[in-house]
Amino acid sequence: MMKFLETLGRYCLLMSKVFSRPEKWSIYRNRIMFEMEALGYNSIGIAAIISIFMGAVVTLQMAINLESPFIPRSLIGYATRETMILEFSSTVVSLILAGKVGSNIASEIGTMRITEQIDALEIMGINSASYLIMPKIVATVLFFPLLSILSMVIGVFGGWLVAGFTGIMMPDDYVDGLFYDFRIISIIYSLVKIAVFAFLITSISGFFGYYAQGNSLEVGRSSTKAVVASSIAILIFNLILTQLILI
Amino acid sequence: MIRGEHIVKIFDGRRVLDDVSVLFDAGKTNLIIGRSGSGKTVLLKSLVGLHDIDEGNIYFDDLCYTQLGFKERKAVRKDIGMIFQGGALLDSSTVEDNIRLPLDLFTEQSLEEKLERVNFCLKRVNLPNANKLYPAELSGGMIKRVAIARAIVLNPKYLFCDEPNSGLDPMTSIVIDNLIKEITEEYNITTIVNTHDMNSVMEIGEKIVFIHEGRKWWEGTKHDILHSDNRELNDFVFASAMAKRAKANM
Repeated sequence: MMKFLETLGRYCLLMSKVFSRPEKWSIYRNRIMFEMEALGYNSIGIAAIISIFMGAVVTLQMAINLESPFIPRSLIGYATRETMILEFSSTVVSLILAGKVGSNIASEIGTMRITEQIDALEIMGINSASYLIMPKIVATVLFFPLLSILSMVIGVFGGWLVAGFTGIMMPDDYVDGLFYDFRIISIIYSLVKIAVFAFLITSISGFFGYYAQGNSLEVGRSSTKAVVASSIAILIFNLILTQLILI
Repeated sequence: MIRGEHIVKIFDGRRVLDDVSVLFDAGKTNLIIGRSGSGKTVLLKSLVGLHDIDEGNIYFDDLCYTQLGFKERKAVRKDIGMIFQGGALLDSSTVEDNIRLPLDLFTEQSLEEKLERVNFCLKRVNLPNANKLYPAELSGGMIKRVAIARAIVLNPKYLFCDEPNSGLDPMTSIVIDNLIKEITEEYNITTIVNTHDMNSVMEIGEKIVFIHEGRKWWEGTKHDILHSDNRELNDFVFASAMAKRAKANM
């Protein structure tokens, strides 16, 4: 418990350093754009592939399990939409990105630490924590909600494709279900969640990378710790945010 | 002038630096020598503030560095250039971007002025056409030269070099040593070089401090070092078979 509190304290101290006033905004703006491409744009592929298959699988499972004349077939489209919007496009995509982006950040910053690149930045008078971590946080908090929207659209499209090609249901019924009882709060809830998860993934991974010590083996360990800690934080905050926003 | 008074640094209960008091002369090439693990890198990093010391004080000219706040330390650090053991160039940036970074962050110069300064520094270290190369494309000697160019780009008053010759062949080592010495004299910088290379000691050392087991064991000039009766220093200086033979013939 004491170790956890100590780690939490160090994390908070690092965040206060990360969000101190930047040396020059123009440099940070360029770095944010660069990180948006590296961490966000380059993750579109994996988010899209996973979303289309998950949308298709969810639709198939719904169709198999809702075989009853009393249940309208359009419910399959409705259930797929709700699953994709409420949980998949935010929580599951974030868990996947915690693996991809989180390990990338922790290993990149960890390698910079053990090869003294962070010390070199400090000697130049640069706030290394802010220079390295802040642009990544801003970039992901801005870009991940776009990935979430993309995931929703592609996931629902995946369901429509499987409905049409397998003949398990009429595509028109599926589309009817998509528009049934649509509430904008679900989208807002999902986008708020993924923005918070983006912050957690980037800051936690940055923290583990920044305090990496020793050799390349330790960088690998930091990377693993970053993914595990980010994933646990996502699950805990998923519960908290659901309680706060939806209930 | 850089002065350290009664510096103590403790790692996990072990006194890595134990009551070290040193004075490094202004405008000279000062050397810290000692065996691996003697504490010389910790001393160097403590002097620049990368390690917070547990006891003692460090002065840059008359400014007590250890008692400065975060912002004041940042201001002093702009007067410091440092060359790290592995070069510590930013892997994701080109040579030009590495050298330009301090200019981008701390000056209001136009892009042309910054590029002119970068090119001047690169030319000074004899790498005139390396602007667009990445660190992975450079040899060990080139990395050290780019690190020197980056260290001097803001015209520092103090230059710290942590084993600038490590991993280099003897010829390249001499080139790097001479470059450090020339730059020290040219810009009147106070330079501190951390080394265990006796060639460096004899080539560029003006004032030498010998660190042994975390303590200052000896200090003097390169002329004194060959005639010292300090046993630990002699063990270090005349460790190689060739040096032992030379000593026997003295």
